[in-house]
Amino acid sequence: MTVAEFLLVALFVGLSAYALLGGADFGAGFWDLLAGDAVAGRAQRDAIEHSIGPVWEANHVWLIFALVVLWTGFPRAYAPIMSTLYVPLTLAAVGIILRGAAFAFRKAVTTLTLQRAFGATFALSSVLTPFFLGAAVGGIATGRVPPGEQSGDVITSWVNPTSILGGTLAVVTCAFLAATYLAADARRAGVVELSEAFRSRALVAGGAAGAVAVGGIFVLHADAPTLFHGLTHRGLPLVVMSAASGVAALALLWTRRNAAARVAAALAVVAVLWGWAVAQYPFLLEDRLRINAAAGSHATLVAMSVCIAVGAVLLVPSLLALFVFAQRGELPGE
Amino acid sequence: MSMLLVASQPDLFYARQQMALSLGFHIVLACIGMAFPALVLLAEWRGQRTGDPVYAQLARRWARALAVLFAVGAVSGTILSFEFGILWPRWMGRWGDVMGLPFAIEGFAFFAEAIFIGIYLYGWERLSPRRHLLVGIPIVIAGVASAFFVVAANGWMNTPTGFTLGADGRPRHIDPWAALFNTSLWPEATHMILAAAIVTGFLVAMVYVPALRSGRATRYHRVGFLLGFTVAAVAVPLQLVVGDWAARHVATHQPVKLAAMEGVTHTESGVALHLGGFFVDGHVVGGLPIPDGLSFLAFHDPSAKVTGLDSVPARDRPPVNVVRTAFQLMVGIGTVMLGLAVWFAIAWRRRRDLPSSRWFLRAALLAGPAAVLALEAGWVTTEVGRQPWIVYRIMRVRDAVTDAAGIRYGYFGLLVVYAALTVATVLVLRRLAGRPLAAADDEGPS
Repeated sequence: MTVAEFLLVALFVGLSAYALLGGADFGAGFWDLLAGDAVAGRAQRDAIEHSIGPVWEANHVWLIFALVVLWTGFPRAYAPIMSTLYVPLTLAAVGIILRGAAFAFRKAVTTLTLQRAFGATFALSSVLTPFFLGAAVGGIATGRVPPGEQSGDVITSWVNPTSILGGTLAVVTCAFLAATYLAADARRAGVVELSEAFRSRALVAGGAAGAVAVGGIFVLHADAPTLFHGLTHRGLPLVVMSAASGVAALALLWTRRNAAARVAAALAVVAVLWGWAVAQYPFLLEDRLRINAAAGSHATLVAMSVCIAVGAVLLVPSLLALFVFAQRGELPGE
Repeated sequence: MSMLLVASQPDLFYARQQMALSLGFHIVLACIGMAFPALVLLAEWRGQRTGDPVYAQLARRWARALAVLFAVGAVSGTILSFEFGILWPRWMGRWGDVMGLPFAIEGFAFFAEAIFIGIYLYGWERLSPRRHLLVGIPIVIAGVASAFFVVAANGWMNTPTGFTLGADGRPRHIDPWAALFNTSLWPEATHMILAAAIVTGFLVAMVYVPALRSGRATRYHRVGFLLGFTVAAVAVPLQLVVGDWAARHVATHQPVKLAAMEGVTHTESGVALHLGGFFVDGHVVGGLPIPDGLSFLAFHDPSAKVTGLDSVPARDRPPVNVVRTAFQLMVGIGTVMLGLAVWFAIAWRRRRDLPSSRWFLRAALLAGPAAVLALEAGWVTTEVGRQPWIVYRIMRVRDAVTDAAGIRYGYFGLLVVYAALTVATVLVLRRLAGRPLAAADDEGPS
């Protein structure tokens, strides 16, 4: 493995963490949106707030990590991605601003009118942000982002069948992950009614995600021949693994094994992400730009790898402590 | 088609405005996000040491405001990592691997900050007091580290190093560590960190001025004011020394920026310093001249030679009045703040009390917004002073801008978003501050 490939693996580890953790936070916003009026939805909204409150800021940093690795390690991919896909990415960035700010604001105010306004902003932007991020991925994966200093088509690069598929898949996947996690959280907290509500939502969202994925096969066949070939050849094991994990997650939810369902759901999502990476290999911008051509100077790649190794040693234990704290309400060893 | 794809002058204008808006907004939140945790921790520590409930009360209160401000700072910082590429893809595409390393390390520092702030804010009831205090320490360290590394990237734009320039204008022999430790880093980062302490201290103190002025102030208001004001008042004189260091660094390494800051047209020895006034037709009009003042301040030698704007062609000069006015504003506000800090120190030494004059509290009320204004003015000085370069003397801003069409609509949209965000933040903070004290004590942020 070259240093560039190592760094790309680190980037995809970051993206996977963002999809599993940040994605679930977005999905929580999706369910917040559908929780019903202020009285009926109170219990669900409280559970959502309790679940993502301490962790959302840390979960959100995975995206920053991925962006920083991309521009430092692969500046010749970062630049065209950002300039060609600036419309969906600006919209996603605005969504990120509104989501985070509104979530913090909602917690800080006490009047119902303000809580509603901030809550609606939080929930709506939680749905739009993953859609635009997924649409941007669709543009990259179909070779619609040209390398070099001339940007590609700023509209068709993300308004195309694969991007619509990517955006929709991102939204339903986030909803599926969130409902699965929340069902397990509520179960552990001993709130059966809430756990059942999230469980049935997880089943619906999981079914929807499966349907979108199956429909996606036809979309990719027509719109993204190179990616389709990659997914059905080198990436096939991961695609199969994703499908199997997804089915397993639904079966586990059906039989109320919520904790195990959470693992299977996560596996299904991560496998899709890595399937995309493997299918595109050795291209960073599908059909257009190879990993090595996109990579920055060797010295920088080495320096970045060292920083990531040191950062992992320092941060992974802290991150685990945060999750233990968020789940149990105490720090490990207390 | 190719005509449409070439960025027109107006799009460069809007890209610049968007960057200025995003950075100008974020810089205030970033400063608060760096210095405020230290202040909250200071209050919590004093509370635990003295057993005085007022400190604990303040720490709790401030933590709630911190939760809001940190969230807004986190998201307003994230958009920057999009905008670098969206607005300036040629800059990032060409220089990303030279100057990206400090951003990566900053990313890790921010990660640590976000992790520990999650535990800290939700840990009041769940952790022992000692543990809770310990959890706060990494937030402060990571906050200062974040500032240090972000400023390292900005410092590199001012004094680019860590590469050799190829004939095609692209970097060769890249050394990312040398780029990180560029010479602007130390004065700029120190200046920034002190600015954060001043802005945060004065803003916090400002909150308690209305109560102190109305005479209904309790010990809670007094201590809240004193903690914030003291931190700022200690930082202000230090900032004077560091500011001098930063300006002398600019004089040596970015002489044209200094020439714009001071309105110096011709390279001369024994150059006068002008206080106030405007730069018209190559001269400062209406300012108060101090003979040899600039030579002395910039090089600590009254007869030193100061490089003028005419050392470079007109197209390589920044807009003088913008840079000069911003610089004068920053220095002017800093000087008044120094007076305020000295006034406070004298009164405190004599009587262990605030100055009794009504004017002191009026000035203290203004010090908060004035500190923010000085911060923005300082930022304008260094950023506009670097123009027309995005990478000093190597890459022009106009050569870095995106060729994508329609950038202006993104800018218009963001204007609305930032306006709404500012209004909502102020509204929420006012609500938090206005909440009765008793209500705030018994509820943690969870």
